[in-house]
Amino acid sequence: MPGFCRDCLAHAPEPGGRCRACGSPRLIHHARIDRLAIAHIDCDAFYATIEKRDDPSLADRPVIVGGGRRGVVSTACYIARTYGVRSAMPMFQALKLCPEAVVIRPNMEKYVAVGRAVRSLMLELTPLVEPVSIDEAFMDLSGTERLHGMSPAKTLARFARRVERELGITVSIGLSENKFLAKIASDLDKPRGFAVLDAAEAQAFLAPKPVSFLWGVGKAAAARLRRDGFAVIGDLQRADEASLIRRYGAEGLRLARLSRGIDLRRVDPAREAKSVSAETTFEQDIATFRALERRLWTLSEKVSTRLKDKRLAGSTVTLKLKTADFRLRTRAKSLSRPSALAEDIFAAGRALLERETDGTRFRLLGIGVSNLVPLDEALKGDLIEPGASRVGAREQAVDRLRRRFGPRAIVRGLAFAADDEP
Amino acid sequence: MKVTVERMELLKSLGHVHRVVERRNTIPILANVLMRAASSRLSLKATDLDLEVIEPIPADVAAGGATTVPAHMFYEIVRKLPDGAQVTLESLADRTSLAIRAGRSRFTLQTLPESDFPDLAAGEMTHRFTIEGGDLRRMIEKTQFAISTEETRYYLNGIYLHTPPGADAPTLRAVATDGHRLAQYDIAAPDGAAGMPGVIVPRKTVGELQRLIENGETAVDVELSQSKVRFSIGDVVLTSKLIDGTFPDYARVIPLSNDKVLKVDKKDFEAAVDRVSTVSSERGRAVKLSLSGNRLLLSVTNPDSGSATEELEVEYEGDPLDIGFNSRYLLDIAAQIDGETAVLKFADPGSPTLIQDGAGGGALYVLMPMRV
Repeated sequence: MPGFCRDCLAHAPEPGGRCRACGSPRLIHHARIDRLAIAHIDCDAFYATIEKRDDPSLADRPVIVGGGRRGVVSTACYIARTYGVRSAMPMFQALKLCPEAVVIRPNMEKYVAVGRAVRSLMLELTPLVEPVSIDEAFMDLSGTERLHGMSPAKTLARFARRVERELGITVSIGLSENKFLAKIASDLDKPRGFAVLDAAEAQAFLAPKPVSFLWGVGKAAAARLRRDGFAVIGDLQRADEASLIRRYGAEGLRLARLSRGIDLRRVDPAREAKSVSAETTFEQDIATFRALERRLWTLSEKVSTRLKDKRLAGSTVTLKLKTADFRLRTRAKSLSRPSALAEDIFAAGRALLERETDGTRFRLLGIGVSNLVPLDEALKGDLIEPGASRVGAREQAVDRLRRRFGPRAIVRGLAFAADDEP
Repeated sequence: MKVTVERMELLKSLGHVHRVVERRNTIPILANVLMRAASSRLSLKATDLDLEVIEPIPADVAAGGATTVPAHMFYEIVRKLPDGAQVTLESLADRTSLAIRAGRSRFTLQTLPESDFPDLAAGEMTHRFTIEGGDLRRMIEKTQFAISTEETRYYLNGIYLHTPPGADAPTLRAVATDGHRLAQYDIAAPDGAAGMPGVIVPRKTVGELQRLIENGETAVDVELSQSKVRFSIGDVVLTSKLIDGTFPDYARVIPLSNDKVLKVDKKDFEAAVDRVSTVSSERGRAVKLSLSGNRLLLSVTNPDSGSATEELEVEYEGDPLDIGFNSRYLLDIAAQIDGETAVLKFADPGSPTLIQDGAGGGALYVLMPMRV
């Protein structure tokens, strides 16, 4: 069976044992390892790993990156995970499980810089890099054998080694024939992993998994599938494709294919953002409109900045609220025309928020903009307000001031308060 | 109060007034319709505090008086009574309910005291004129579709009724716009309209008014002040608050000097736009108009589903031009053109286009292009 050593890339004829060239135990074998070219790259405990890299005294201690007393865990290092700490877990719960953990406030700027560095190493290998998030991406290395003088698998192993050496963090790699399986594979051998999964193996691997394991099958869809007798993916595999289509339409076709490990989506470097959003979890639950409104403004500005950075504008504003008992409420409103202005996003969000503040205590507030179009189109103006409006001009002036003097140089009165003020 | 009325008469009037009543009300009395019986008439009145409609019907009044009952339920009851029935309405001795009797049916509805019913104090009306029902109906029809529903620019949520200065002859003009399209309709100003303040009549009022004048050709008396307007259609009186705001200076966006002129058969054009826009994914996808010589090519490209093109023979004077429009908006305007020919006047792909009826008439439309 073909295989090689992940540390020195030397050929390794037999599975098991150590590398004959360098003595490393990190050998990898798979019948089709030389043929597969679609990879999913996932940085291991990304934020926590960066913090450990920058402060070696943390190396053997449990580290949790996350916000404040009331925040949630953004990332837990692998030591903290052995205590049961997971990302998105409320901080108080995480600290109950692991009281000795070192909690670090996230330093997004630093993480973004490292994320970009990882991405630029990927782009040296292929232009077909599709970022999923700051610490995750798909790569399609098909047709790069001659360019790099080695198989995609070896190119990836060399890439992982280079990330470790140059950036001081580790990645896990999933190699397969499509995005769906590559993403599954990258999770199989974490951290510092390299897993290969082909469609034939995937069938058997997927069969016992619950249907909710499939990408795009949420709680409601899973419940419906279960009612119809599809509890595990194996049930879908046994079902005839045509009958699934008859029952679920286009979604049925997708389910039939995914359950069999087939995913026709391409690695698309230009995949556009569908929405831009920002959210915050409060230190303490908030019920009053004024207090929520102030935070909504700050979030609206954040979203606006992100939109402007990407030269985008959107025409649907979505408000997201999570109640103290973890119930999610989302409400959406359409704008008369696409906008990237904080004022417009805020105005729409505020109208939605007014209807939701009925004394309920909330723990999380978020706002997002979707239905995106290029910003230039939105700035075109209409019959009544030709060109950039006065609001637009005001915001541009504020943006210029911030670029010169920093983000806190000018703050709207509404948002001018300490973070812990109610 | 005790009166007997024809079911048909009652149903017709309730049909007019109950629509004013909002389905969801936080103030209970606003869910009710007021009935007042006196001198052989039963007068019905409903309001939402911005708009009120009063309509009297002939009645056999045994005992005068007034009361209020839930409007929608009352309407439903009357609607379900048999055709040709005589309906007797009687306030009961407990003074908190009304009995409704027709044939063998009997209902009692809880009432609220008429003294609680709000009155839309109209105040002093400063201007009065009479307008033909047909003229008023056309003014509404030709402009209503362009009224904005966007709350942030509330001053666009109605029809701007005014007498423009600088017109050749005294003119009464209706204008509506949502920023993407604008519709304007002119008639010769009726006597008494001169010097009236420009008023913005709210969308809901426009809709109710339209229903009241649906098929009648009767003249409508219009009275107005800075803050209110009243329309009297026969016995029916509709009084409404006006939108308190300044309508934008729309005249500067009407591109009267556009020099690229397209004349196209209205029916062919409408049908072709409708056909090619079938492949658009969502409502309001762009349709591209490509003009050169006497050929107009309409095309829609939807990256998710496919594309469509259609070619039309047209009259066109001007350099070749590619310009895109929201197909929905284009169809809305085409639907308003009564003549055989539609005239479109372009400047360039980024500037507003003027659309008129080739047969003339008082209407003109302005449409903002989309990038294609």
